[in-house]
Parts: sequence; C-alpha cells; structure tokens
Amino acid sequence: MKKKRRLVFRSILLAIIAIAVGYTFYNNVFQDRNGSVQKGNKAPDFELTDLQGNKVRLSDYKGKGVFLNFWGTWCKPCQREMPYMQKEYKKYQKQGVEILAVNVGESNVSVKNFADRFHLSFPIPLDGSREVTKAYGIGPIPTTFLVDKNGNIIEKTSESLTNQTIKTYMEKIKP
Amino acid sequence: MRYEGSAVRSQTYNKTFIDKIWNFFSSVKVGIGIIIVILVAAAIGTIFPQEMYIPPNVDPTTYYKQEYGTPGQIFYLLGFHNLYGSWWFLLLLAALGISLIIVSIDRGVPLYRALKHQRVTRHESFMKRQRLFAVSDHGISFEQVKKVLLGKRYKIKEDNGNILAEKNRFSRWGPYVNHTGLIIFLIGAMLRFFPGMYTDQTLWIREGETAAIPGTKTDEGQYYAKNHKFVMELYNKKDKQFSNALNQVNNEVPKNYQSNVTLYHADPSHVVGEAPQLKKVKDAKIKVNEPLAFGDYALYQVDFKLNEFHRMNLKLEKKSTGKSFGEIKINLFNPKSEYNLGNGYKVKMIEYFPNFKLDEDGQPATENSVPDNPAFVFKMFTPETPKGETAFIGIRKNVEAGKNKYKMTFSGLETKNVSALTVKKDRTLPIIIVGGIIFMLGVVQGLYWNHRRIWIQQKNGQLWIAAHTNKNWFGLKKEMQAISQESGLVMPVDQSDEKSA
Amino acid sequence: MAELSSNLLYIAFIIYLIATAVFAMSLSDKKGNEKAAYTRKWGRIGYGLSILGFISQLGYFVTRWIASGHAPVSNLFEFTTFFGMMMVFAFILLYGIYRTNALGVFAMPIALLVIAYGSMFPRDIAPLIPALQSDWLKIHVTTAALGEGILSISFVAGFIYLIRMVDQTVSSKKTKMIEIIMYLLLCVLGFVLVSAISSAAGYETKFDWTDKKDQKTELTYNVPALVGPPNGTQADNHFGPLLNAPSWMNGEEAPKKFNTFIWSLLTGGVLYGIIRLILRKRIAAAIQPKLKNLKPDLVDEISYRSVAIGFPVFTLGALIFAMIWAQQAWTRFWGWDPKEVWALITFLFYAAYLHFRLSRGWHGEKSAWLCVIGFVIIMFNLVAVNLVISGLHSYA
Repeated sequence: MKKKRRLVFRSILLAIIAIAVGYTFYNNVFQDRNGSVQKGNKAPDFELTDLQGNKVRLSDYKGKGVFLNFWGTWCKPCQREMPYMQKEYKKYQKQGVEILAVNVGESNVSVKNFADRFHLSFPIPLDGSREVTKAYGIGPIPTTFLVDKNGNIIEKTSESLTNQTIKTYMEKIKP
Repeated sequence: MRYEGSAVRSQTYNKTFIDKIWNFFSSVKVGIGIIIVILVAAAIGTIFPQEMYIPPNVDPTTYYKQEYGTPGQIFYLLGFHNLYGSWWFLLLLAALGISLIIVSIDRGVPLYRALKHQRVTRHESFMKRQRLFAVSDHGISFEQVKKVLLGKRYKIKEDNGNILAEKNRFSRWGPYVNHTGLIIFLIGAMLRFFPGMYTDQTLWIREGETAAIPGTKTDEGQYYAKNHKFVMELYNKKDKQFSNALNQVNNEVPKNYQSNVTLYHADPSHVVGEAPQLKKVKDAKIKVNEPLAFGDYALYQVDFKLNEFHRMNLKLEKKSTGKSFGEIKINLFNPKSEYNLGNGYKVKMIEYFPNFKLDEDGQPATENSVPDNPAFVFKMFTPETPKGETAFIGIRKNVEAGKNKYKMTFSGLETKNVSALTVKKDRTLPIIIVGGIIFMLGVVQGLYWNHRRIWIQQKNGQLWIAAHTNKNWFGLKKEMQAISQESGLVMPVDQSDEKSA
Repeated sequence: MAELSSNLLYIAFIIYLIATAVFAMSLSDKKGNEKAAYTRKWGRIGYGLSILGFISQLGYFVTRWIASGHAPVSNLFEFTTFFGMMMVFAFILLYGIYRTNALGVFAMPIALLVIAYGSMFPRDIAPLIPALQSDWLKIHVTTAALGEGILSISFVAGFIYLIRMVDQTVSSKKTKMIEIIMYLLLCVLGFVLVSAISSAAGYETKFDWTDKKDQKTELTYNVPALVGPPNGTQADNHFGPLLNAPSWMNGEEAPKKFNTFIWSLLTGGVLYGIIRLILRKRIAAAIQPKLKNLKPDLVDEISYRSVAIGFPVFTLGALIFAMIWAQQAWTRFWGWDPKEVWALITFLFYAAYLHFRLSRGWHGEKSAWLCVIGFVIIMFNLVAVNLVISGLHSYA
C-alpha cells in the first residue's frame, strides 16, 4: 500500500516535470519570442497612407483575401517578385484578392519612381515610421503574409516568390 | 551528510521504470556528475566567442574558421558557438533541476523524520563511534551540566537520567532550503520561454522623432517615446585628476550616454500606423545604468549613432556667373518631388538614392533606406532653359547629361543623432529574485551554523559522553572545553587524533 | 592624495613581506614547552604585522577612493591589489579562529604575489566609463573579491595539507604536481621581477606589424623581445626576437602578452632551478619537516571552513549582485559573457566540492586537491579571462 502510494507520487511528480520541460523546449524551438506575427494568428489591423494619399486600412478588406507584402525599393529579391505580383494582381483582383505592398520606411519620391518604373497598380501603403513593420515583427524583407477573408494569416514567407508560387497563393486566399 | 541511520528511500527497493528514473536522479553522485558536465561544457563554450558576441554582419559558417583556424571550425561544427542556447545544454540544466528536486525529497524527508524522533538513550556502540567521546568514573551534578548547556543555548531532552543536548538543528535544513531556492530560480528561468513573460526589442529613434515602442502594445494601449536629444559627453583630457590615464589612450573616453525622452501612452482604440492620440506619461533622461521603468517595462540606453544626415541644402547656380537663384532644403527622409524657387526657377527630383552605390550592372542604386550617402537626379528649370537640364548629384559627385548652363551646389547639411533604446519586459524577475533570496538564506543557514549534539549517559555507574557536529569540529571542541570547565564534566577525547598519532 | 595613496600601498607591501618572514621564523624545530612559547610569541608578532599591513593597505584604498572619486576597483591594477587585500583579510579572519602559523607562511606570500602581479598593470587613476558608473560597481566587485579571497585561503590550507601529508621519500605524480604548483607560483614572481626590472631600466623596443583588423600599427614591448609579432619588423636595434609568434596570434597586443608569458615561464624556471640547487631536494620535501608538528585534521578543517565561509560570500557578490547590476546596465541579468560563465564555473566547482565533502566523504587529501583546482579556476578567471578571452568585462 505504502509502496503503491509512493509510486503514484513519483509518477505524478515526474510527469509534471516532463510536461513543464517539454513545453519549455517546444516554445524554445518553435516559438518566436519577439512577438512577431505568425501563421495562424489574426492579422493585426493597421492604417497607412498610400502613394496617392488615400487611407488604407486592413480591416476594410474583410471578406477579401489579402496578399500582404512588405518590401523596399533597394531590396533586389523584392524587385524580382514585383512584376509577377502585378501580373497576378490583374487576374485575381476581380476574384476578390487584394494586394497591399507595404513599403518599409522609404520616401515618397523613391517609392513613386519605383512604382512608375514597374507600372504597379496595387495600393502601396507607406510605412514611413516603420510602426506597422515593427508591429508585424518583420525581419528580412520581402516578407509576405497571406490573409484570408476572415482576417486570419494562413501563410507567412520570407522568400522571393516565383510567378507560380504567387499564383498558388492567390488561389489559396481567393474567397 | 549523515542520514541518521534511516535508509535513503531510493535504496530500499527498485522495481518499475518510474522507480528506475527516480533512483537514477536521487543519487548525489549523478547530481555531482551533472554539475561537472555543465561546468566543463560551459568552460569549453568560452574558448571562442559565442555567436551573439561576434560582429553582427559576418557569416558564422566562415567566421570561426577564418578567425581561429581549424580549432575554430571544430568549435563551430560541434555547435559550441551557440552552446548556452543549445538543446543539450538546456537539457543538462533541466537534468540538474530534476536531480535537485528528487535528491531533496529523497533525503530531506527521512532526515526530518530521523531528527524528529531522536532517542535520547543511545546504544553503547553508537556512543563509542562518535569522534568526541569519553568515559568517566566520576559522578557529577547533572543540574550544573544542564545549566551550563542551557547557557550555551542547547535544547535538552531527558530520558532515564540520560541527556541529549542539541542546538542549531535548523542548520541541517540549509541544503534543502537552498535547493528549493535553486529550483524556484530554474522555474523562473524556464518561464521565460512561456508566451507573454518576456520581451526584448530594440528601437532606433532619431532626435525629434516620436515612435511606438515595440512590444508594448497590449489591450490597454501602446507606449510611445519621443527622443528630444541624444547627449554624449567625453572626459576632458586636460582634467587634472585623470589626465595621466586619459593621455595613455588615443581615443576619447566617454563620460555619459543619455537620451532625453518623453514617454507617451495611446488608447487601445488606436490602430497601428494611424496618427496616435498621445497622452504624456512623463519626461525622462535615460542613461546607461539608469533605465526608465514604466508598467511592466524598462527602457535602456544601449547604443547610438552620431550625426546621421538629416537635411541637405543645395543652391541652384548659373555656372558662368556663379550667381545663385535660391536654395532648396531636402529632408532626406521625406524629400519633395518638386522645389519651386519662384520667378520661373524650379528643381525637380527625378531619382533619389539615400545610400548610393553602383549595383552589379553598374547602375545607380541604393544600399538601403538610410541616408548615409545621399545622391539625386535633378532636373533644373530656369527661364533660360525651359526644357530643363539633368544632373546627377551626390557627395563629391556631379555628372551631367550633355553640357549644362546651371548646376546644383552643396550649401549645407543638418545632422541628427540617433539613440538605440532597448525595451525589456521580464515577468520572471520576481520569481528569480525570490529563488535567489531563498538560495542565499539556505546556503548561509547550512554553512554558517553547525548542528551540535551532546549525549550524556549513565551506564553501570560510569558517565558516558559523546559529542557530534556536522562540521567545524574545532568549534565544537572549544565549546566542549568551556562546558567541561564550567560544569566539571570530563572533556571528551578526539578519537581521530588518537588514530593519526 | 594620490601620492600618499601609493606610498601606503608600498608600506603595506613591505609590512606583509616582514610578516611573511616572521611567520616563517615561527615554524621552529624546537621541542616541548619552549617551542610552544616561541611559536606563540612569533605567531603573535606576525599576526600583528599582518593586521598593521592590512590597515596600511586599507589606507591606500580609502585615499585612492577620495582621490579618484570612485571605489578603486575599476581596472586590473585596482581590482587585483584589492583581491590581494581581501586574501590578507581572509587570512586575518581565519588565523583569528585557528591560530595556525603555517597558514601565515603561505597565505602572506601568495597575497604578496597577487598584489605585486596587480602592480605591474597601469596604475594611473582613470575615470569611469558610463557602464561602470553605478553603486553596484563597489558592491559587486568588493563582495566578489572578498569571496574569492576567502576561497583562496582554502587553497592555502589545502596546499599546506598536501605538503605535510604527501609522501616525499619517493617521486610520484603527487610530488610532481606539488612542484608544478611551486613552479607556477615562482613564475608569477618571475613575471613581477622581469616587468619591474625592465620598467626600472626604462626598456622598450618597438615593432611595426599588421594586426587582426589588417591595420598597420606599432607595438611597444616593455621587456626584451624573445618572441616578435607575426610578420613584424623591429623598428630599433635593441635585442631582436629569436622567433616570431604564430600567425593566428594577431589579436591586440597578443604577441606582446605572449612574449611576457614566455619570460615569466623562463624566469620561473631559473628561480626554481636555483632553489633546487640550493636545497638539493624538492621544495616541498624541504618544507615538510617544518610542518611535522601541524595537525593535518586541523589544516583540513581550515581548508573546508574557508570554503564554507567563502562560498556564500562569493555567490552573493559574483553571481547575485552581479546579476542585479547586469540587469540594470546591460538589460539582462545573465548573458553568458565569458567572465559571467567563469564566475558560474567557480560557483559550480565549489558546489561540487561541498557535495563531495559532505555527502561522499571526501576529506583530507582529495579535498585538498579540489581546493587547489578551485584556486586555479579563480586565477584563470582573474588572469586568462581578462588577458586572453575577455568579453564585456574587459577591464577586470
């Protein structure tokens, strides 16, 4: 009897330790501790002004899929994916997918020149103070979030995207 | 540590898998083993710098080999460059924690029981075994002995005319108290990895700028900081007190790094990016060693950048006469696309490269968005040249398309300093502090006091005396000497002296 | 004030030297009652002198504090001499309890070596950089040094135990280890002698070389160059280098430190050789008879007691106070900086020592060897981590 009680006590204690340590390890490996926005999270709302001076608010796009891209004119991989984004934007805009290409911390002049050069027609919100960039915890750019019609992030990637990938992504968030 | 005759729990039986794990960790030998493995691993980790201390812009895969040769490469390949965050090092720390818990339960409980139910009358062989021991034929007054012992703060238990005098038993709990402190400390360290417990982010903020403090957005709102001024003070090399030391080094010696800021708070209704409605919380001077604390957070002065370009002034001039037709002031973070100088003179900005470089194709480009090396393409319009003349202007660069009549000349520069502030939230701190305090108390309790016991027994008309302490025999002997002098009790002999003599 | 301060340090140094001699004298071969009285008398004088020297060094500390406006524990010279002072303090404390003259014979010269070693570093009064401007500087550093000082006495007692107990009739691994410790202590003396003589003679020789950052710089040696910098050329015609340091040794001043290191080893070797020639036996074998009246159990207990007293002080100063300060100055209480790691290693080592002793019954010789290793770790943290590894704590 006494031995049995002892075994139960030991098993419970070891189980608690194992769970605590396991959870810590899981968090250490998989969780980003800097509070950056991850796949599965709700996309934090933001409001910025685009190149034309219009207010752009993420929550206004509820019901649509949003291809949310963070980029800079000086970043080569961002430059490479821009023409593909523009191409797919023309196709998918009618199907309820919007592109928001948030520029990270650059001036109007630089961004406008860039947009003209690549004939970009999707909204380019300017995050001059990088407040949104920081709120999303963006590390390297480009970083793209796929936001579904309910405002949930279903994918996050920091790769330079190919035309094919962009197409697949658009299909994914099409409402 | 003597366990007072009561068997250590784990050694009494050995059956199931759970018991095997338990018994493994309940061994002090295993515990010491874990300590030594951690110690050796930690030492190896200091041979070369950890990844977090190497320059931020280098590639660790090549850095270690380049800097430290083959040993460096081995160091890197074995993962010692990120030792203290590696899974196996954390596993070792976890093992230490488990060992602490199990060892303490396994030994503390029986020890407690044994000391609680001590018998006053002990067996002859027990008495003889004690290091301090004597037998005397002289009878003495027990009352006198007891008085002396009480005077020395002994607690006395009597049974059949035998005496057990004991003091500072609490010192025996020291190890268990300090182990508890360590366990709490390790739990605190573990909790850091739990969501919401810990934030560590850095904010670069220019003078005059107001910025959201990253990581401080909660349901109650968000904190903002405005940087009024970054101050750097240097020691004066002519200062008599320190002049010798200061003149030994070529560099300037810093005296103070400080950011003068105002802390604001915005309502939770505020949407990120939107111009916030700020409520002032307080003004503060943040210095190294003097962080600004607010709510759960603290804001630290950690780095700075002096004299970052902020505004550049240029004049439109006619080359032949050198006459100026006005000055444009370009905000390098937000330049305008057109600057009108009146009377038909204007300058259009066609291209802007904040940090100019030539890319792989030899095309003008920018390294990033920080205006460390600004360059522009301007189109200058004058009544004389209504179609405009194009020129590329950079720092000490002026390239023209064809032959221009007009040019832009550099006429001034405004700079600003940038402060780097680290924002920290660490909700584990109270737990860590409590763990540390308990640990210290336990260590002091266990090491600065000694558990002393004296047995005095009457056997066959003889008086038997034995004394024991868990450490500091020298002190016990001195005390016994005093006791025997004051009470007439015979002074017990140190049996270990006899052995060695 | 600064001058008074350094004079007081000189005076303390000389008093310590005399105290060492007095303690050495007190270990007589005389027998019986006469011996006890003799030992007590000279022991008392030695103890009195140690206290006097300590007061004088305390005077140095206070006056230097007044002159600089901050606690003088902010660079290698200040910290090391303070550490030596704390060793003396710990000795005074433990001698007060145990009255063992042999402790003085070893503790005082080792403290002297530490102070002399520290005095070879720049002695100018320097201002505090922003990171050091905190009350925790004095609290953390003094407590840590006190802890290390007390722990050092455990080495002294353990070392005495080994000299007393290890069989010197035959050569063994143990006798060799003891001689190596003797040799290393003499190397510190060698370092001090070479540095002091060279600096008194005003010797220097310059090299042009290219360092780690690919910068052409000039490197000034203050002792004759046995080992030159890799790919360096001597800029004057003083005694030239016999060989050059390996090319990976290209850190700031690394070749110079390496050269001084070689000098220390050589001088230590010469000193050791001379002593062996005079004694015609192992140094420990020559000392052993002087210690035969000493009770080994007592020395063993002194050694353990020093750890028992020093361990909590060290933990408080070198870990707990350190963490509080680090949280304030560097935003985190723990960052795995080399100096922090070595403080943790010291802590873990003495924790292991206590467990070995208390729960596995390692007394006497085993315990004494552990105390030797503990002191090696403390010295490693003081010397190697500062001069070779160095992280954020590059000053002390």
